Amino acid sequence: MNKVYASASEALDGLLQDGMMIAAGGFGLCGIPELLIDALVDSRVKNLTVASNNAGVDDFGLGKLLATRQIKKMMSSYVGENAEFMRQYLSGELELEFNPQGTLAERMRAGGAGIPGFYTQTGVGTQIAQGKEVKQFNGKDYILEEGIFADLSIVKAWKADDTGNLIFRKTARNFNPPAAMCGKVCVAEVEEIVPRGSIDPDHIHLPGIYVHRLVQGQHEKRIEQRTVRQKETA
Amino acid sequence: MPGSLKGWDRNQMAARAAQELEDGMYVNLGIGIPTLVANYVGDKDITLQSENGMLGMGPFPFEGEEDPDLINAGKQTITELARTSYFDSATSFGMIRGGKIAAAVLGAMEVSEKGDLANWMIPGKLVKGMGGAMDLVAGVGRVIVVMDHTNKHGDSKVLKECTLPLTGKGVVDRIITNLGVLDVTPDGLRLVECADEVTRDYILSATEAKII
Repeated sequence: MNKVYASASEALDGLLQDGMMIAAGGFGLCGIPELLIDALVDSRVKNLTVASNNAGVDDFGLGKLLATRQIKKMMSSYVGENAEFMRQYLSGELELEFNPQGTLAERMRAGGAGIPGFYTQTGVGTQIAQGKEVKQFNGKDYILEEGIFADLSIVKAWKADDTGNLIFRKTARNFNPPAAMCGKVCVAEVEEIVPRGSIDPDHIHLPGIYVHRLVQGQHEKRIEQRTVRQKETA
Repeated sequence: MPGSLKGWDRNQMAARAAQELEDGMYVNLGIGIPTLVANYVGDKDITLQSENGMLGMGPFPFEGEEDPDLINAGKQTITELARTSYFDSATSFGMIRGGKIAAAVLGAMEVSEKGDLANWMIPGKLVKGMGGAMDLVAGVGRVIVVMDHTNKHGDSKVLKECTLPLTGKGVVDRIITNLGVLDVTPDGLRLVECADEVTRDYILSATEAKII
């Protein structure tokens, strides 16, 4: 079993097909699989459906795949930081399926856990509920949401061992575990790959069973909203 | 005068909202004025949740100490505290949907007298998305809206019926505006408190919704 690949492009080799559905981890620009996104741009795979909480910014993250028009449809909860996204959406070139953020995360988790649907109160009485089955539990309305079963998952973690066990760092964990779980194949990019045995098994966030291929690389890790406070002067 | 803002300013509204929070609460603060609420909790032991996967959100970092792996739901750089824990988005919304978060303080475009909330979309104009707002209003114990009472044209944002797409139906418990504090009750809106130098009559004249 060798899960470690030399580059992001090699890690995606043989996995890509036009029209496929990809689940991507990340929140804003935090914890996004930036190397694998670049490799997708290079691959020219097209007509992608991408489930990802956000759509990057114009020149970074998934924004790069929007610029090259490789994405046909986005499944997201918030896309406000991307002018090209808005342009393509308002002109009808790009399909968009809005999902409440927790519903999107749970749809991925459920898909990965073999659960094809679940009921949630989120979105009841809003346009999100349109066309969805409503069922009452204990006198309250819930809507049926479906699990996401992606063809490919692309995620970013901080550290991996060579068997694919992953550790994330701080809030860069976000959608990465549920996104990793819901794909038929998951490729993870990490900052460091260490030999098996060097991570305490109790400290692993995502077991390697969910991770099929690994690539180590340098990450830009761009900050979207740099916010600081002033040091108080004594 | 249309557009003129009377009563509390942003910081005073945030300070008033902070009074709603009780010692020991786990709380989610939305973007904008709600974020300022953290500055006014005083000695109360409040744990802030950031729905991108963190409990125990600390203040903004000092310059040079920003960490790209540590941001809040508004994508701003933040810091951690001694109590901080991190988790994934599915777990994060599990605690939101599961009713573990005691309160959320959120901004709004419109609120109705039935407690309907609209804060995510203006059709044809603003299509950014609901983010975590729909999950929050459906799941947390208490939903407190903080917003200006009127829009920039001077029109009431507290309405009989919302005109914009809803974030949640019948989900708001309390509304704090620059003019005062209103509670959503089964009989309609109840005026709880007037802001400094604001009268009940002034609030009635500035509010489209019925106040009982």
